[in-house]
Amino acid sequence: MNSLNDINVLLPVLPEIVLAVGAMALLMIGVFSGDGAARFVNWLCILLLVAVGVCVVMLPAGRLVLFEGSFVVDDFARFLKILMLAGSAGTLILSLDYLTSEKLQQAEFGVLVLLATLGMMVLISASDLIALYLGLELMSLPLYVIAASNRDNARSTEAGLKYFVLGALSSGMLLYGASLIYGFTGTVNFTGIAKATQNGASIGLIFGLVFLFAGFCFKVSAVPFHMWTPDVYEGAPTPVTAFFAAAPKVAGIAIFVRATIVAFPGITHSWQQIVVFVAIASMVLGAFAAIGQKNIKRLMAYSSIGHMGFALVGLAAGTAEGVQGVLVYMSIYVVMTLATFACILTMRRDGVAVEQISDLSGLARSKPAMAFFFAMLLFSLAGIPPLAGFFAKFYVFLAAIKAGLYVLAVIGVLASVIGAYYYLLIIKIMYFDEPAKPFDSMPFLLRIVLGVTGTLNIVFFVYPAPLLGAATAAAKSLF
Amino acid sequence: MNWPVLSVVTFLPLLGALLVMLMVRGNGPLAKGTARWISMWTTLVTFAVSLVMVYRFDAASAEFQFVEKYEWLLGVSSYHMGVDGISLPFVILTTALMPICILASWTSIQKRVKEYMIAFLVLETLMIGTFSALDLVLFYLFFEGGLIPMFLIIGIWGGQRRVYASFKFFLYTLAGSVLMLLAIMAMYWQAGTTDIPTLLRYNFPAGMQTWCWLAFFASFAVKMPMWPVHTWLPDAHVEAPTAGSVILAAILLKMGGYGFLRFSLPMFPIASHDFTPLVYTMSVVAIIYTSLVALMQEDVKKLIAYSSVAHMGFVTMGIFAANQQGVAGAVFQMISHGIVSGALFLCVGVVYDRMHTREIAFYGGVVTRMPIFAAIFMVFTMANVGLPGTSGFVGEFLTLIGTFKANIPVASLATLGVILSAAYALWLYRKMVYGTLKPALEGIKDIGLREAVIFAPLVILTILFGVAPKPVLDMSAASVTQLLDGYNKAIATKTAATASNPVSVAR
Repeated sequence: MNSLNDINVLLPVLPEIVLAVGAMALLMIGVFSGDGAARFVNWLCILLLVAVGVCVVMLPAGRLVLFEGSFVVDDFARFLKILMLAGSAGTLILSLDYLTSEKLQQAEFGVLVLLATLGMMVLISASDLIALYLGLELMSLPLYVIAASNRDNARSTEAGLKYFVLGALSSGMLLYGASLIYGFTGTVNFTGIAKATQNGASIGLIFGLVFLFAGFCFKVSAVPFHMWTPDVYEGAPTPVTAFFAAAPKVAGIAIFVRATIVAFPGITHSWQQIVVFVAIASMVLGAFAAIGQKNIKRLMAYSSIGHMGFALVGLAAGTAEGVQGVLVYMSIYVVMTLATFACILTMRRDGVAVEQISDLSGLARSKPAMAFFFAMLLFSLAGIPPLAGFFAKFYVFLAAIKAGLYVLAVIGVLASVIGAYYYLLIIKIMYFDEPAKPFDSMPFLLRIVLGVTGTLNIVFFVYPAPLLGAATAAAKSLF
Repeated sequence: MNWPVLSVVTFLPLLGALLVMLMVRGNGPLAKGTARWISMWTTLVTFAVSLVMVYRFDAASAEFQFVEKYEWLLGVSSYHMGVDGISLPFVILTTALMPICILASWTSIQKRVKEYMIAFLVLETLMIGTFSALDLVLFYLFFEGGLIPMFLIIGIWGGQRRVYASFKFFLYTLAGSVLMLLAIMAMYWQAGTTDIPTLLRYNFPAGMQTWCWLAFFASFAVKMPMWPVHTWLPDAHVEAPTAGSVILAAILLKMGGYGFLRFSLPMFPIASHDFTPLVYTMSVVAIIYTSLVALMQEDVKKLIAYSSVAHMGFVTMGIFAANQQGVAGAVFQMISHGIVSGALFLCVGVVYDRMHTREIAFYGGVVTRMPIFAAIFMVFTMANVGLPGTSGFVGEFLTLIGTFKANIPVASLATLGVILSAAYALWLYRKMVYGTLKPALEGIKDIGLREAVIFAPLVILTILFGVAPKPVLDMSAASVTQLLDGYNKAIATKTAATASNPVSVAR
């Protein structure tokens, strides 16, 4: 009887338990049936992610707290978990055909993605510094491995190594910051820290905060801790890049927002200026550095740096509207990222993947449907209405204006105009230039992913209410 | 019968675009024909439905009519549409010009016809939406959304330097507009809504008005375009295909003037009043400077583009004169310029389709081979000059009277522009149409039936509105009066406040 009660107590972590046990089981299946069953295992991974998503939805409503306040399931966590799971599952679907054609059929690929996803689940729910670090490391270690999953390719291994070394450094900084915060507040719990800092903070705590933020910025690839992004994006196998661009960003932003809003509401003015700086630097660097890029994956890296800057504009506001803006931004960002990478994965000629932007030349003539979706995505990434990307930017800037961050907002929108330039360059290559040799036909799964996400991107404006309502509820749960 | 006529007019073209997208397969002559005919019928039906609006419109009322309102962006913004006497003329202008544009592209566009038609139909929806949106976010959505199809139209079907022109067009307009978006957000937090009818009655504090006015001005001045941010226009015009130039000159430019009338003047009256000298200066410089620049052009389209900038100078001057004549004249001038400049670009299209050059020096003595074309071109040239009896005269005359009432030196300087416009327009006409026939033009043919059908309604309207401008003036009169009443009341309140409490001004 007693043990049954204990199990009931664990109900809020049921999705994590299902994911962990499932991942172990799939690892066994993969190991014992060899690489030949890799595709099958990957499909099972996708199914498992869907099952976990169902578990998250089925959890009882309201705020569930576990492990003495270190693990929280609130609307904020539910929203981001669903989003992050969708991102993981989406990128796994994108990877299936690529892995087959590049002969990277390893059963552990899907399992590693699952383990990273588990880390992100923990990270999103983490409500103290220990759980935060656990989740972060559980997320990061599998990511280092899959970045290098194309073992015979020098660029891929270089990407994995670079990511590992820099990632370890950032983890160290984060840990150092966490220990400083613990030292100056005497608690690791976010609500406890909030209590300790409600009347301002000592200089030591601010130091800790800065180091903590450095770790977060590294994970979401915000300037000035963005340097790994272009190299890792370019070097890693494309589906891995897609994965990096989607799910870990969601988890990173989630913990960034939760830690900042929940643990440090008393010293808003202290962290606000850091976030404002990071946001401005990311938006501006993302916009300018992307202009000269020739490789589409590098370009997407700078694009995602810029997008993280825009998402952080919402956090900088530090209000419920701001958090709502961040949530809307991340949702739309994940949809756009999946769709964009579906297009990038289609860039294959005679069975060989090509990555130069000039390879897209005249795509509107050879593959009109794909070019249309891709062009709409690029307009959307640039934030042109009525596409989804406009609403993403709209909500974060709306919050920034309310918070009185006018300079941030003006610099932000001007950066978005500069950013529009390089997106337009790609559209120009696809629509205005003479056609190059056409790409191979688009695999069925990529068509499905692009069709669904691309259509969502275009028709989002027709009925945006569900997403907006969910984001509002999720944001309120933090305040 | 109570069907949502405004939404039907707005979204019919989008439906047509979907139809073209789904029904047209392949690239053969049959596919091209289908695309053209679907577009033609779509635009014609849209025009017919928009005439229903004219019929049912109550010109005596200054209220918004055909209003529709639905929940959209939870709490922030709603789908709110409606027209009044200021916006309806532009809606009709749009729906009326679209079939003409489709017809004008009938033979000159041969590559990627399907995409071309889709782009134009989508653009039509966005343009009508811009004029009939009654919510700021919705307005911004339509206003900015129009960039996408126009960017593609210039970039895909344009001339030699089309890439440069399309980028310049897109980035200039976007840069101007994003600041307006921030102002819209600030207004939302101040007034708690983005609903235009509510905001029209809201009194914004004076300091905020200044910033918001400047932000809106950045957007509309680029769109209009006013000197010195007009430089994207000649490039865009020269490189765009004929129908693209027509839409650009006739409708997209009017969004700037419409914006001043709908937002700047009624929502920020104090700032508008304070900034009037700035607008006057920019308008007068535009009128004189760009007219002089037009005199020096060697490319027909560029000349007409610069003349557009000059004519838009009259519009901004009239709007900020802020009296009945000035504002009504500005509305009329915009409608008239929409017809006349559109027609002039179509005239250029006629000779360009035949000779594939727009160099003025290439042409000469065209009248001997193309007498009908020469006569049509004459009508529009005269309308561009502002000859009495053409629609161009009424607009220029009213805006000048309005400005004269408000500021005599500005009006006097602007009158110089009338003379200059006669100079460049007549010079262009003489160079192209008169003189000895150039040998290269021996085989040039006069306009055919299709082209005659295109020009007939435009000629009729130009002369009709020149002789009897009443329909347009009546349609907008009530709304203009209401706009000015609100404006004058706000100015009077402010003056009274300043008089009674001089300290607040010093602060």
